[in-house]
Amino acid sequence: MIEMNIICAKKLCLYYRDFQALKDIDLDVPAREITALIGPSGCGKSTFLRTLNRMNDLIQGVKITGEVTYHGENIYAGQVDVTALRKSIGMVFQKPNPFPMSIYDNVAYGPKLHDNLSKAELNDLVERSLRGAALWDEVKDRLKKSALSLSGGQQQRLCIARALSVSPDVLLMDEPTSALDPASTMKIEELMGHLKQDYTVVIVTHNMQQAARISDRTAFFLTGDLVESGKTDEIFSMPKDKRTEDYITGRFG
Amino acid sequence: MKNGRLPLKRRAYSGFLMGLIGLSAAIAVGLIVGLIGYVFYRGLGHISWEFLSTARSALRGTIGILPNILFTLFLIITTLAIVLPIGIGAAIYLNEYATSRRLVRIIEFATETLAGIPSIIYALVGVLLFIQGLGLRVSILAGALTLSILSLPTIVRTTQEALRTVPVSYREGAFALGATKWYMIRTIILPSSLDGIVTGVILAVGRMVGESAALLFTAGTGYFLVTNYFEALHASGGTLSVMLFVYATEHGNFDVSFAIASILIFIVLLLNFGVKLVKRKLRRI
Amino acid sequence: MRPYNAFLGVHMKTKNIVEKTMQAVFFALGMVTIIAVATISAFLIINGIPAIREIGLWAFLSGQEWRSTGANPAFGILPFILTSIYSTIGAILIGVPIGLMTAIFLAKVANPRLAAVVNTAVELLAGIPSVVYGFVGMIVLVPLVQRTFALASGAILLSAILVLSVMILPGIISVSRTALAAVPREYEEASFALGATKTETIFKVSVPAAKSGIAAGVVLGIGRAIGEVMAVLMVMGNVPNMPNLFEPARSLTTAIAMELSYATGFQRQTLLSIGLVLFCFIMMINLILNFALKRGYKA
Repeated sequence: MIEMNIICAKKLCLYYRDFQALKDIDLDVPAREITALIGPSGCGKSTFLRTLNRMNDLIQGVKITGEVTYHGENIYAGQVDVTALRKSIGMVFQKPNPFPMSIYDNVAYGPKLHDNLSKAELNDLVERSLRGAALWDEVKDRLKKSALSLSGGQQQRLCIARALSVSPDVLLMDEPTSALDPASTMKIEELMGHLKQDYTVVIVTHNMQQAARISDRTAFFLTGDLVESGKTDEIFSMPKDKRTEDYITGRFG
Repeated sequence: MKNGRLPLKRRAYSGFLMGLIGLSAAIAVGLIVGLIGYVFYRGLGHISWEFLSTARSALRGTIGILPNILFTLFLIITTLAIVLPIGIGAAIYLNEYATSRRLVRIIEFATETLAGIPSIIYALVGVLLFIQGLGLRVSILAGALTLSILSLPTIVRTTQEALRTVPVSYREGAFALGATKWYMIRTIILPSSLDGIVTGVILAVGRMVGESAALLFTAGTGYFLVTNYFEALHASGGTLSVMLFVYATEHGNFDVSFAIASILIFIVLLLNFGVKLVKRKLRRI
Repeated sequence: MRPYNAFLGVHMKTKNIVEKTMQAVFFALGMVTIIAVATISAFLIINGIPAIREIGLWAFLSGQEWRSTGANPAFGILPFILTSIYSTIGAILIGVPIGLMTAIFLAKVANPRLAAVVNTAVELLAGIPSVVYGFVGMIVLVPLVQRTFALASGAILLSAILVLSVMILPGIISVSRTALAAVPREYEEASFALGATKTETIFKVSVPAAKSGIAAGVVLGIGRAIGEVMAVLMVMGNVPNMPNLFEPARSLTTAIAMELSYATGFQRQTLLSIGLVLFCFIMMINLILNFALKRGYKA
């Protein structure tokens, strides 16, 4: 059988100083599907997402036990090159955060770090990435303009293009539409439908309708525990756990 | 993903720049520690009670800096007496009264300009305006007038910054109780921005202690003991910084110079400590 | 009703008088700062122009010889202008890289406790009087330079550049540090998420994002270097040569300081003219600083 689960968390715990933010999380992320992480604020879903590309390393006082494997290798093993890991596992943040540079330079930033590309190759790569994020047609005439001149929705798609530019195989998305208006949100959801043909997507969302609409699998977090995970239609139609049911029917959170 | 995969070029680039960062920080810290350590090493040994408590005596061939300590104090007091009302008043006007945006911008540009002018130009202005123009002698008073213009921008700016930190809600609260503007300023604004204002004053005092170019030509290099403040106003008097210059370049007396330099650095240390203390103690009454 | 109203009226009146008076007082104090700048500018222009007019502006600015006393005086200040420019450029070339790197260390690399200690030290460096710098330069640096390069004297342009580069450090460090600390975390996170190393993130994202603040720090350093007088006076030899790195030189500021105590008549007027030239330099730098800061706020 071809490798099914591209990322597996095993007995993953995360402590922030004395506070345990994640408790024994076991979760498998299947390839080329969209996995949605849902749960009320502060449940640990974003923290969990950030353990997958080791972004929590940047925060002082964080300690992690257990393991996360990526293609079978533990990413928390001693000899791991974090830069290579993050190149393979891209990330899109809650608030669109393009660099204060031109649109072109934003997308070219990552490739310039990792590879020595010719001008033509770079141009080609920028175009492909922007097309991949369904932004090319809107910006092809103003690639040299500041990225900050784009609308919020365009900025977020630019951030997606930027993440695609280093050819990752996993995309982590941390509430990517929570700062956007409904029209921009729809565009990005539509885009995610295309992205999963080529990429594995893990998305944190606050919005249960969004999780139901776009994801193949859903994991429900509550106060640092992974309560339940499985196929999205099953979780939403017949949750096994009472707490999951309460949450998705809107009784709390 | 294994360690070796980060290409050599990128590893070298990162390592090299990180090395430069560490090296630069080390140089900066080394300079500070070296400078202060060296001055103390060469100077502290020459500070004695006699040195601090007597005047220079040609007969006995001894050197004392009591007159210069007093001159420095007199100069600071006089300057503060002139500049504090003007500087704090101007800042209050800018922040609380001024309604014309344009006027505010002009005054702010004026203080910025004053802040950027080198002290030798203040020396020129002091010599020609106060000494030649007003007919003052080279004296503590002429020096204090010069220093007043020199430290005006520091006082205006720091006071303005302090006033800006007072929340609008305090002002509205006072007005809602029927307070007049001046009453509100006196009872609400000034007390709650006191820490910032005092910090500004300490910074300005630091500048006065350190100033030498503007004072060399306006306050002079006198070293006779004058204990009466009003007599001192009209006497030529060298402050500690000016005397450091005089002893180092005219007399070539490096022991005395190092001793004065140690005292100056000690004063700077005290003032810095004072700023920290003020920030901690006077914060928001 | 009536007595109450009367009382209120009187009370309001005194209140109003106090209010109006205080407003007038504060207005007058605000005006004093404008008057001070106006007086200084007017004074420099009025007193600085006659000598320039007599010598001729071009001859004054481009003359290579300065002999203010003696039978055949010459008043050319090109050596002073060039010395000021060279020493400032030299100080910037040495001070900015070290200052910027130290600011990066404080804002992005050092742990908070170490950064706080180093920061206190930098603040201290900012407060040390310029005569102390000049004196230590004179005692330590000048003999060192003399021995190293086997020169007749170590009181040369190079020594002044070295002293100035230390003197401008604290300003550059603290302004750049503030600018770097204000770079939004999100920019840096995005860079890390693309697989950039810490150093790559600092130099390719943080520094470019803070560039206008850093530029302001550099301009501040330029202002301090060009305006410094006492420290330069003590280490530069003060000969009115055309500047050469290994020879004594005299800058605009020290040219005034050298002769201010004894100059009279026309010679004193020429010092005011030098002051006017220096003032123009400083005004130009201020305008650039204003411009840099405004651009910074926009971004």
